[in-house]
Amino acid sequence: MATSTLARVWHSDLAWSFRTSKTALISSVLLAIMFAAAIFAPQLATQNPFNIAELELWNSELPPFWVEGGSRQFLLGTDVQARDVYSSILYGLRLSLIVGFASVILAAVIGISLGLLGGFLGGIVDAAIMRFADVLLSFPAILVALLVNGIARGILPPSQHQDAAIYVLILAIGLTNWVQYARTVRGSTMVERQKEYVQAARINGISGPGIMFNHIMPNVMGPVLVIATINLGMAVLTEATLSFLGVGMPATQPSLGTLIRIGNEYLFSGIWWVVIFPSAVLVALVLSVNLLGDWLRDALNPKLR
Amino acid sequence: MTLLKVENLTVEFPSRRGTLTAIEDVCLTVAPGEILGMVGESGAGKSMTGAAIIGLIEPPGRIARGQILLNGSRIDNLGREDMRRVRGRQIGAIFQDPLTSLNPVLTVGEQLIETIQTHLKLSRSAARERAIDWLRRVGIPAPEKRVDTYPHQYSGGMRQRVVIALALCAEPRLIIADEPTTALDVSVQAQIIALLRKLCKETGASVILVTHDMGVIAETADRVAVMYAGRVIEVGAVADVLRAPRHPYTAGLMASIPRIGEKPDILPQIDGAMPRLNARPEGCAFNPRCPKRMEVCARLRPDLVADAQGEVACHLFSKELAT
Repeated sequence: MATSTLARVWHSDLAWSFRTSKTALISSVLLAIMFAAAIFAPQLATQNPFNIAELELWNSELPPFWVEGGSRQFLLGTDVQARDVYSSILYGLRLSLIVGFASVILAAVIGISLGLLGGFLGGIVDAAIMRFADVLLSFPAILVALLVNGIARGILPPSQHQDAAIYVLILAIGLTNWVQYARTVRGSTMVERQKEYVQAARINGISGPGIMFNHIMPNVMGPVLVIATINLGMAVLTEATLSFLGVGMPATQPSLGTLIRIGNEYLFSGIWWVVIFPSAVLVALVLSVNLLGDWLRDALNPKLR
Repeated sequence: MTLLKVENLTVEFPSRRGTLTAIEDVCLTVAPGEILGMVGESGAGKSMTGAAIIGLIEPPGRIARGQILLNGSRIDNLGREDMRRVRGRQIGAIFQDPLTSLNPVLTVGEQLIETIQTHLKLSRSAARERAIDWLRRVGIPAPEKRVDTYPHQYSGGMRQRVVIALALCAEPRLIIADEPTTALDVSVQAQIIALLRKLCKETGASVILVTHDMGVIAETADRVAVMYAGRVIEVGAVADVLRAPRHPYTAGLMASIPRIGEKPDILPQIDGAMPRLNARPEGCAFNPRCPKRMEVCARLRPDLVADAQGEVACHLFSKELAT
């Protein structure tokens, strides 16, 4: 059974399209490397940048190893606090991806549920959900995220700000991005709801929630997958933006965005490596996620096959 | 002893240009184990009657009058949750197009198991056994393997067999089959009809078979109800109605079926078309097209009257005129 499933996946149209697309292959290899780097950050890093005890101040502001004055111990140099840039990027990548994935899942869960509910029930429920979504959509995403962030910080005691920062970020980004899912799912649900198999399920006595989740949901998941992929890039960027603005991850637990912010302050004093390398990783990450999302959208679109 | 009794059922659709009456004063009875054929032109109200019985009239449509009794208790005024328990368990349905009435992304087994578990207290593995058993009963080869495949991997006839299994798997007492063979090619139609007949004999379920195929009715049904313009105009045993139709409309319908061996120059037909919902004539709805029209027909609407040979709604057979 396992082998036949594998074979079926291997011979599917989607897998074939993946194998023959250079974009998909290159971006997924890049992504795989970055995922691996994030997962195995503790093993790959030469230093734990979160541990202040490991930092030696006389090693601060060292350039990358190939530049005059660099050291092999710090491959990509160190920042003003003697943190190894290479290790910081690994850990930062990890935080960025955690926030990205968690917020995408949160947004997808909220968006799919509300979209299904609105599309399936229609009427007042639908109108209420979708008008609220419209209102939310008329604010810039970053503004909503700042708002959620601000409220969360207002509610929490200051002593917990640092520990709660990651959850607040996930919440802020998740609550901002669900609208797209809700709109797409609602549209598809309204189409599926009219189909005969839904009527048939109703006639067979399946309950409303049963029809919604067992019958309609699997039929509307295709576009959701594409949105989720592209949204992952967006979420990582939003996180970086928030962190860059200083309302995201604290400097003691830097994400890619925080690293860029820290590096940005020293860019004009010639310490370019602290900002360039995290930025390059961020660009590579978002670019490959977006390219993969683009490919997925084309591959799942029967009109473009 | 009747299983289903429909009394004076009237379904209305309020619209901008006044209320449209889709079906009016429909009276039907179905005995346990009986196959009742329902024939009529498109728009005569056959499917609407079926939808009303199973409680699927979509708003703004509504049941304006009458009642539907299943095993002696009313089902037309049940709440959402009670009706859900009736559906599938008491009444099953088979639709015209098996391609669209199966969920494309769920395996056949998952769909069967879900329906079985909704109505019967069975564990998942027991429900799966039952699903496989039903696939075998509807004639799917190698059901142990087929249970895990998707609807698109089946042919049209096979899919309709799955739909039949899905309708029957909770062993409802009544099946409403709305043109179950229309989307299938002719060679498969006979198989599906024979299968439906056989399974209903086995489980003792009654069937309301909605179709406009007289051949299917002749082969399958015990009794037949003829509908015209939202009303039942004639009911009787299949042999009687087909051989000796009494209502002029039924007679016209029968006359328009070509017979093998005869080569008429022109196929007999009924002149005119069925009136639209908002333009039904006074009196008998058939009177403008009726070859045996009388003065009374345009004035008085004939009721469905039972006699020894069945029921017919026509002034030619009403007692007042006979006496």
